[in-house]
Amino acid sequence: MAFEGLAERLQGTLQKIKGKGKISEADVKEMMKDVRRALIEADVNLKVVKEFVKNVSERAVGQEVMKSLTPGQHVIKIVKDELTELMGGEQSQISFSTRPPTVIMMVGLQGAGKTTTTGKLASVLRKKYNKKPLLVAADIYRPAAVKQLETLGKQLSLPVFALGTDISPVEIVKQALEHAKEEHHDVVIVDTAGRLHIDETLMQELKDIRGIKEPDEIFLVVDAMTGQDAVNVANNFNETIGITGVVLTKLDGDTRGGAALSIRSVTQKPIKFVGMGEKMDALEAFHPERMASRILGMGDMMSLIEKAQANVDEEKAKELEEKFRTQSFTFDDFLDQISQVKQMGPLDEILKMLPGAGKIKGLENAKVDEKQMDRVEAIIYSMTTQEKTTPDIINGPRKKRIAKGSGTSIQDVNRLLKQFDDMKKMMKQMTNMQQKGKKKMKMPGLDSLFK
Amino acid sequence: MSFFKKLKEKMLGTTEEVQETVTITNKFKEGLAKTRNQFTSKVNDLVAKYRKVDEDFFEELEEILLQADVGFETVDELMEALRFEVQRKNIKDTAGIQSVISEKLVEIYEAGDENITELQLENEGLSVVLFVGVNGVGKTTTIGKLAHRLKGEGKKVMLAAGDTFRAGAIDQLQVWGDRVGVEVIKQAEGSDPAAVMYDAIRAAKTRNADVLICDTAGRLQNKVNLMNELEKIHRVISREIPNAPHEVLLALDATTGQNALVQAQTFKEATNVTGIVLTKLDGTAKGGIVLAIRTKLHIPVKFVGLGEQMDDLQPFDAEKYVYGLFAEGLEHESENEEDK
Repeated sequence: MAFEGLAERLQGTLQKIKGKGKISEADVKEMMKDVRRALIEADVNLKVVKEFVKNVSERAVGQEVMKSLTPGQHVIKIVKDELTELMGGEQSQISFSTRPPTVIMMVGLQGAGKTTTTGKLASVLRKKYNKKPLLVAADIYRPAAVKQLETLGKQLSLPVFALGTDISPVEIVKQALEHAKEEHHDVVIVDTAGRLHIDETLMQELKDIRGIKEPDEIFLVVDAMTGQDAVNVANNFNETIGITGVVLTKLDGDTRGGAALSIRSVTQKPIKFVGMGEKMDALEAFHPERMASRILGMGDMMSLIEKAQANVDEEKAKELEEKFRTQSFTFDDFLDQISQVKQMGPLDEILKMLPGAGKIKGLENAKVDEKQMDRVEAIIYSMTTQEKTTPDIINGPRKKRIAKGSGTSIQDVNRLLKQFDDMKKMMKQMTNMQQKGKKKMKMPGLDSLFK
Repeated sequence: MSFFKKLKEKMLGTTEEVQETVTITNKFKEGLAKTRNQFTSKVNDLVAKYRKVDEDFFEELEEILLQADVGFETVDELMEALRFEVQRKNIKDTAGIQSVISEKLVEIYEAGDENITELQLENEGLSVVLFVGVNGVGKTTTIGKLAHRLKGEGKKVMLAAGDTFRAGAIDQLQVWGDRVGVEVIKQAEGSDPAAVMYDAIRAAKTRNADVLICDTAGRLQNKVNLMNELEKIHRVISREIPNAPHEVLLALDATTGQNALVQAQTFKEATNVTGIVLTKLDGTAKGGIVLAIRTKLHIPVKFVGLGEQMDDLQPFDAEKYVYGLFAEGLEHESENEEDK
């Protein structure tokens, strides 16, 4: 039930204006209807959408369509650029106090992920900034919240300052700050209780905590799945206690995350981090461009490209291309490929970053069996050098030996040989097509390779 | 008699049976106060602003609904139904349209389905209620509140601490168990949740409990492994007791936007969700997406969470929900009627 991305949505409108050199006002109006709908379905607040659409329309009317792009692509580009700009630059740095300890306050609604984020943030501060953080358990209301932070502290081997649940949060923070000075902690992260932004008593409590020592950072922790109400929440927290930044959590889900744009545009405060999982190192810097693509349903291409770039040796890639062309791709090269893919991280995560992957039937639930990759590796390792370069010589007895050597069955070996063959054929097709400049291609066998 | 009057009478009963109903309704109203204020005052503004029911009126109404997270498709449906109704009844000015709006909302929500809001529990023997949902929606808190509610109905309730993953989750459930005065079956953090369920069912049977409420770890619906784990938990429960779990309740945060629909669908596929608990409705969020979930997936909302206290869990009633949203308009309208 994933929603259509902007690109798919625009298809209909685009048919009509295909091949035009300039974008007319009427074209823009028509396309902006789709943009509006796409953004609202991505949970961007309606008012924010209206403002945005107005600005983009003004920019788009009368623009010459770039030669390299179709009018539709051009509009998408304008929309995406504008979104990216709106969400601000990459700002994951933290402002540290010149007179330690630096105080960071975590605030937000119930269940946004404050405590988990507190743990992650502390871990980042220690690893990347070489700080010595102290965690403060100031949530005395939710049952076992103190215990949760203490457990996280234990997991991370980080000290947690807690005074139970009978002492007021203000008092706890006061004592924690003194404790931090004594113990020479240079950062204090205060985990406050989740509260409704309209709960005056509890909002006052936050003001009181802030009053003890002006925090260097007040992070509003927001669930990325938040809907239209994100503007109210962000606005109230910002107006009442003045936040300095935002942490967007649970972004490893499949939400479009339009709340990011809503929050950004009502508070003008930067989104500093995003939570990408429950593991304690799953806190990442915020990338406006990726977020823009995601909101528009265009896939997280940038992340994927970055991951690929970080892991694929360019020299090797060239070599490989040559081999594709000359059809001299061997099982040794195949092994290389596997190990490079493995370095990029879990395959199913990589798949999810592909644009449109959400729409490919079955892929949303595709679980790539990493063990299968190990099996493939084992089979190849059990081949002789000659077999690896000229697989054609692998006959019955050889297959038997390979299966035995790799702890697999003859069927497994057969399947791999067939897939390898298919792959070679496909490569040939692809390289041929590249030369002819055709766009459509089939990729037989690729999906079944790792299942 | 106007729809609202009927509604009010239905809600408040005739005279005596009612003290309790009134408190509940008040609670509901209180909880929804913010929601209602915003939503209703917007509708009221709208009615005041536009004397005539015209395209501008419809457009603004559409926007109000979109801002309640109802979602495009359902809003489109409602707008179409409203346009039709307005034409049919030849409604020209906005005074009469509030009742039509709420009527249609209820109608769309119920969409011909049977309206089952009560928990389907066995009269004899052990019934199992399984809670599922993404992280941070309020599963554990809701379990505490539901345990309190069922215990108040004279049932012997036990809890199973199936969230063995999140730090402090077991303790959190234990605190609720102590508060409510029901036993919690638990194992160490990190143990297999399916094993916890197995143990808990055995224990609940031995101790002749009426209801076992099972907590599970929050999980994002796109984590395939975790959804498989949930299926396994579900399987283990069914194997121990045929027909169990009798209810699978999806806890849904009212603040959630359109992703809630995907949540409902995926959890339904994995565990055959039988109902929704809409939590955190005491904030400013409206949870309008439940309309879409109901029409598309036919999962009814069974309870709403209106606060952090033990008795802040109320049965959901579509009419009451809409009544809450329109309460001001209702009072306004009935006053007018009395004036006449």
